[in-house]
Amino acid sequence: MMVPTLKRIAPQLSTLVALIILITFIFPSFLNLSMVDGRLVGPLVDVAKRSAPVALLAIGMTLVIATKGIDLSVGAIIAICGASAAWAVSAGYGLGPALVIALSAGIACGLWNGVLVSMVGIQPFVATLILMTAGRGIAQLITEGRILTFTDPSFGWIGSGTLFGLPVPVWLWLATGVLMALLLRRTALGMLIEAVGINRRASALSGVNARVLLIAVYAASGFCAALAGLVVTADIRGADANNAGLWLELDAILAVVIGGNSLLGGRFSIAASVIGALIIQTINAGILLGGFPPEYNLVIKAALVVVILVLQSPNLVTHFAFLRGALPTRRPSEQVQQTGKPKP
Amino acid sequence: MLLTVKGLSKSFLGARALDAVDFDLAAGEVHALLGENGAGKSTLIKCLTGAYHRDAGEIALDDQPIDPRSTSQAQDLGIGTVYQEVNLLPNLTVAQNLTFGREPTRFGLVDARARTRMAREMIEGYGLDIDVNRDLSSYSVAIQQIVAIARAVSLSGKVLILDEPTASLDAREVEMLFKVVRDLRSRGLGIIFISHFLDQVFAISDRITVLRNGRKIITEKTAELDRVKLIEHMLGHALEHEVEAQMAAHADEQPVRPLAFSFRGIGRQGMIEPFDLDIHEGEVVGLAGLLGSGRTESAELLYGVRVALTGEARDANGPINIRNPRAAIAAGFGFAPEDRKTDGIVADLTIRENIVLALQASKGWMRPIPRAEQNRLADDYIRRLDIRTTGREKMIGELSGGNQQKVILARWLAMNPRFLILDEPTRGIDVGAHAEILRLIRELNAQGMSLLVISSELEELVAASDRIIVVRDRRHVAELTGADMTADTIVRAIAAPGTAKEATA
Repeated sequence: MMVPTLKRIAPQLSTLVALIILITFIFPSFLNLSMVDGRLVGPLVDVAKRSAPVALLAIGMTLVIATKGIDLSVGAIIAICGASAAWAVSAGYGLGPALVIALSAGIACGLWNGVLVSMVGIQPFVATLILMTAGRGIAQLITEGRILTFTDPSFGWIGSGTLFGLPVPVWLWLATGVLMALLLRRTALGMLIEAVGINRRASALSGVNARVLLIAVYAASGFCAALAGLVVTADIRGADANNAGLWLELDAILAVVIGGNSLLGGRFSIAASVIGALIIQTINAGILLGGFPPEYNLVIKAALVVVILVLQSPNLVTHFAFLRGALPTRRPSEQVQQTGKPKP
Repeated sequence: MLLTVKGLSKSFLGARALDAVDFDLAAGEVHALLGENGAGKSTLIKCLTGAYHRDAGEIALDDQPIDPRSTSQAQDLGIGTVYQEVNLLPNLTVAQNLTFGREPTRFGLVDARARTRMAREMIEGYGLDIDVNRDLSSYSVAIQQIVAIARAVSLSGKVLILDEPTASLDAREVEMLFKVVRDLRSRGLGIIFISHFLDQVFAISDRITVLRNGRKIITEKTAELDRVKLIEHMLGHALEHEVEAQMAAHADEQPVRPLAFSFRGIGRQGMIEPFDLDIHEGEVVGLAGLLGSGRTESAELLYGVRVALTGEARDANGPINIRNPRAAIAAGFGFAPEDRKTDGIVADLTIRENIVLALQASKGWMRPIPRAEQNRLADDYIRRLDIRTTGREKMIGELSGGNQQKVILARWLAMNPRFLILDEPTRGIDVGAHAEILRLIRELNAQGMSLLVISSELEELVAASDRIIVVRDRRHVAELTGADMTADTIVRAIAAPGTAKEATA
């Protein structure tokens, strides 16, 4: 079980390591780690902590994409859940009820998406676009158009606290990732989701409850978005309906793609998607450290992402073979695919 | 001879796909090319059309040696090809398709009126009454095939290669296509015809060449070759005379079997008129009819793919409610659908996963089948059904059609269903796998499983079934048993509208 997983995530893992080495080469302090007041601090810890929202989203997004779907609404769900949690805390309900309200809101949003996709039959892109645009409006209704700030220290702990030396958000994505992977791979859920993603009709004819699975997958994505919403909101101790989680759905999709999961559905790896999220954050950190003028950031990020995707592409192997074939043959015995024009 | 091939050889990475094959084609002849999958038919065709370049041998057209390097070169030389999947552009009009690449122009612009005239001239004589300015996709596959033929003939005009042109046509459409082929033959074209359907080969061809393992086995006049001999040549060993034995068995008195399922008045508007059906234990019921006559629709209602709006189903314990496939599976049903690729296989899952899929789905996601048990199941069925693969972890999409079908059968056998519906279980499968699947049906039947088999291959259906129901125009019109059960009576029941029910069980 372990070996195939390692083999699957090897490209992502080596990309991450290569990026870290590259940045360390330019800024040797990147690898610095030290204990301050029982907390591990350093750029790497910072990267892991800042990855939390996208990593959490990527976990849910991986499942949705495995069913050939897409969830554009997760950024808006972050805003809704952050707003509901902030509202509950500032209204004096206490942390526990606030968490329950926020997570339920996330799952409810996911169920809405799932029902639109699975029962009504709307294309995932359009179905989740509805909540993507409407969601921030809902969040604004909850915050009544203000940035809802709060002072509850226990809620703040979720965003900036420390547990066993590591930031709480890091524990959050680690735990969610591990639990989700166990839930999917120790039961038959993972295979059934893959089957539905590859061929929904054939799966349904074989008795797979594709309808319920699809709804569950979007609900899981909503749940992950709710967790991300808690982290984002707790970190800044305030709910900003307009900007919380803005464009994060795109980073999450990118993380899943960097994780080598096909947008056409089917085989998926949660671990690879989470590493994808770490790769994105490492790039961000590297650009910040580089001290480029901020207007360069997005362009550099885009260029690096293109390089990573091209390097991971299976097509590269064929292109590479083509380049080698076009060169003068060094080993005449080797049969090379002829691509040239016919000889006269 | 119009086309002569001598000693043609072609290897791929050391594997011989064609080994010194001789072949010839006269003008005004339909020459059928037969062989199992992998026998070398496609390789031979591709060498003729320039898609592959031969390693050795000679090709001569009109006694001139030719050496096509691309399909367009072959076309210019006079060799045109029409494939099973129509390779025209469905979103363009018929006229645009016909004139594609040589549109008549006026002042540098396409002259639409001249194009329409040109297209009309091209399809003249094909018996088509169509509007050439409508989109190609608005016409049936058969008409699209004929348009493709018209285009190929006008482009090349000497040799026409038809590669499985009838695979997705129904009987009427096949007849329409054959009329075109006969006309072209009388106009002096040489036609190479490739098909899995032996009936069609015998109906249309003048000569038959059989390939096996890249070698030419025989070339014979169709009239001098009988069917059993032909299949023996294709398989390379004598065919067991199962068909005859089974036919003889029909004459015997049918044993009385307990009723397993009874369906009363099952129907749905627009799909099929309400019908009754009793399924006995260990019985094989055949369902015959033309494509689109309501065969598949009947099966889909029985299995709950679409919900029947009328009627009820019962088993020995009382009524069963088949509202979806899951309910049908719970009642002990299984269904191997007609369109294997879109409805059967889950292409990017392994053979193992495809085999355990239905079993796992019925157990529920919380009770995963242990990996060791999955492996055992997969290996067991790979061995029992003789699935040709390098291992259980191979993606099912990489297998040949026949082996994919066996995996789908394994998926249902693992469920041990009481009633298995097989929709066209042998379509698009080579002759060897054909025989194996028929043998399997018989085995299951002997173990007491009830089967409903839908097939266009009438002889096969007669051989396999205890009883045959004929469907026409979305109605169950006849039920044939015992000595009445011959391909001939089925054809008559399908063909003759207004015939009364011939027999009732």
